[in-house]
Amino acid sequence: MSDGVSTGAVNRLQPHFATPAQQYETATFGMWVFLVTEIMFFGGLFTAYLMYRIQYADAFAHASEHLNITLGCFNTVVLIGSSLTMALAVHSARMNKSKSIVFWIALTMILGSIFLGVKGYEYHHKWVEGLFPANWFFQAPDAPRQRIFFSLYFAMTGLHATHMIIGMGIMIYISIQALRGAYTSSWYTPVEVMGLYWHFVDLVWIFLFPLLYLIGLH
Amino acid sequence: MEATQDRVTYINAGHTVRSWLLTIDHKRIALLYLVSITFMFLLGGMMAGAIRLELLTPPGDLLDSDTYNKAFTLHGIIMIFFFLIPSIPATLGNFLVPIMVGAKDLAFPKINLLSWYIYIIGATIGIIATLTGGLDTGWTLYTPYSTAFATTNVILPATGLFITGFSSILTGFNFIVTIHKMRAPGLTWFRLPLFVWAQYATSLVMVLGTPVIAITILMVILDRCGFGIFDPKAGGDPVLFQHLFWFYSHPAVYIMILPAMGVISEVIPAFTRKKIFGYGFIAASSLAIAIIGFLVWGHHLFTTTQSMYAATVFSVLTFAVAIPSAVKVFNWAATMYKGSVSFESPMIFAIGFMGLFLIGGLTGLFLAILGLDLHVQDTYFVVAHFHYIMVGGAIMGYMAGLHYWWPKISGKKFPEVPAKVAALLIFIGFNGTFFPQFIAGYAGMPRRYHYYPPEYQVLNVLSTMGAGILGIGYLMPLCYFMWSLKYGEDAGKNPWGVLGLEWTIDSPPHPHNFHTTPIITSDPYDYPEMAEALGAHTGHAPAEVAHV
Repeated sequence: MSDGVSTGAVNRLQPHFATPAQQYETATFGMWVFLVTEIMFFGGLFTAYLMYRIQYADAFAHASEHLNITLGCFNTVVLIGSSLTMALAVHSARMNKSKSIVFWIALTMILGSIFLGVKGYEYHHKWVEGLFPANWFFQAPDAPRQRIFFSLYFAMTGLHATHMIIGMGIMIYISIQALRGAYTSSWYTPVEVMGLYWHFVDLVWIFLFPLLYLIGLH
Repeated sequence: MEATQDRVTYINAGHTVRSWLLTIDHKRIALLYLVSITFMFLLGGMMAGAIRLELLTPPGDLLDSDTYNKAFTLHGIIMIFFFLIPSIPATLGNFLVPIMVGAKDLAFPKINLLSWYIYIIGATIGIIATLTGGLDTGWTLYTPYSTAFATTNVILPATGLFITGFSSILTGFNFIVTIHKMRAPGLTWFRLPLFVWAQYATSLVMVLGTPVIAITILMVILDRCGFGIFDPKAGGDPVLFQHLFWFYSHPAVYIMILPAMGVISEVIPAFTRKKIFGYGFIAASSLAIAIIGFLVWGHHLFTTTQSMYAATVFSVLTFAVAIPSAVKVFNWAATMYKGSVSFESPMIFAIGFMGLFLIGGLTGLFLAILGLDLHVQDTYFVVAHFHYIMVGGAIMGYMAGLHYWWPKISGKKFPEVPAKVAALLIFIGFNGTFFPQFIAGYAGMPRRYHYYPPEYQVLNVLSTMGAGILGIGYLMPLCYFMWSLKYGEDAGKNPWGVLGLEWTIDSPPHPHNFHTTPIITSDPYDYPEMAEALGAHTGHAPAEVAHV
């Protein structure tokens, strides 16, 4: 961290911006616009889910009974925890503490990996039970309707998991940059922007969990 | 003025292939897009030629039925996704938006380059899919044609479309952030050129709509892989696919037409030498079209299971979207009224746009009428209507823009006479192609049919003849633009003698556009001639007035 706090942002200024403040605002505003596109992206799946949920309420409730609520709750807690550690990573950047950035990002990645591990275990279980749509041998009177539920379940959680994996790839890059002392309290835009992304991914799960797991409960 | 060779321009700033393929200069990326979409336009045009030749005679004698299905599917997919949607935004928009807001580049230059690479990857997959068997579902990919009944490989072309969508999203994303955060000092929202307003509205549609089609295509791909989201056998709903598809694909029409309207809003005041009439209304109507455009998709589903109450609402909203469109046309006409109109080639294209868009827009209202739509649904009437908007409107606007800004982009003047001839040929050829289709469609000829009853032959022969003229009209600009690169005289900063930030800088521009950041102190389109005629004096004069 040889470059001082005051010059850090100026050194990072790209030639097409007038001031570091403009560059910072552009990056964060850009991330918010990107997250809007993500909302629309997931929105299509949520719409399909809600339409079928209204149409086939009973079959969807039966299908959701195959999901393990304990594991779902556990994963929800893990993911909310990872949002906290991510917020602390951004806070460390703001406080000019490169080593803590890496520490909190590493913890976030561990929590993210736990989530994905549990998710993988759940996927395996569904596969064995014959509940994976492309390998469907589950028998029940309303099995075809349940298959729609599981098609959407795998599409939605799979897309969510893909976003987490991409996010963790970005975290590896950010950690390496942080170890090299790239971020100072006057310039830590990538950390901040990555944080916004991660919180968004967590938020998607906050909607997925009740929609998919808690339908049958009264 | 100094010769082009003596100074640094974005074109001569680097000569290696690498300097083009790894450029982050928005102007070079615009040219990369220009070359790519021109190639796709020729490819899609060839498909159209095959379709028109086949339809010369009632029986299917040139192509067999499967090939015919593939030809119209690929014509639609290539023209819509690989040509029209990127056409004006990714070329003219990429080139002009940063210059018009007084910036050195877009907000995210690397993402801009990334969007071109994503486009190229998507288009390449699309072409590979074409070469390895094509696609026969129609460009709409309706389920269950595309899931249970397609005899061709759906996954490959669908993947190409999925990927290409992200290039569109990134372009729109970049424009929105640029217009919000990169404007020069003094350039308030209501001092923006109307072209920028149109790009802003278009970007909103790209950013809000494209992700929905992306996820919808992903669901189709999953269904092809053994999922059953739209599978009717299991209780899945193919009409749900149609809702999701048109939620994007109707607004996609506005992705094509809004930028063209932006071009026209620049060209009309330029060749009328008059302040545009109703600036605020034109700017607001762009946003209104973008917003209302999201609420009309149900008019594609009047003949499905959609409830009649929903259909009524969609019908009314479809009528409503005609209002902001009409606001634009009236304002352009009012701008020309009592202006000193001159008929250079961009202006001829612009006037052609107004005529064709008017017919296309008004026939759209026919289709919004619930009862009449039952009669003309899936006939050539619909085909003629949307070609009037997407070819007569969007491509005319694109042509007007290309001719208007070509001297800025290339630094060279092109010959006016062939350009005017091309504009007339396109106008005549276009009407020759598509006007008979209104009649054929109203008389009952269905779209997408390979064989047709002999009583429609006269209209189809007329249509194919028109297509021949249209094809020549489209090839001409390719020739004289290429010619102008080598033999055209230097354009100078402002060959048309018009107002606008882009005309105050060199042609072709410096890599950084401006030597010093401009400070904006006045409204756009403040033409002094008219102001003087009205007895006022504004003190703004075009930087350099030359006669063309």
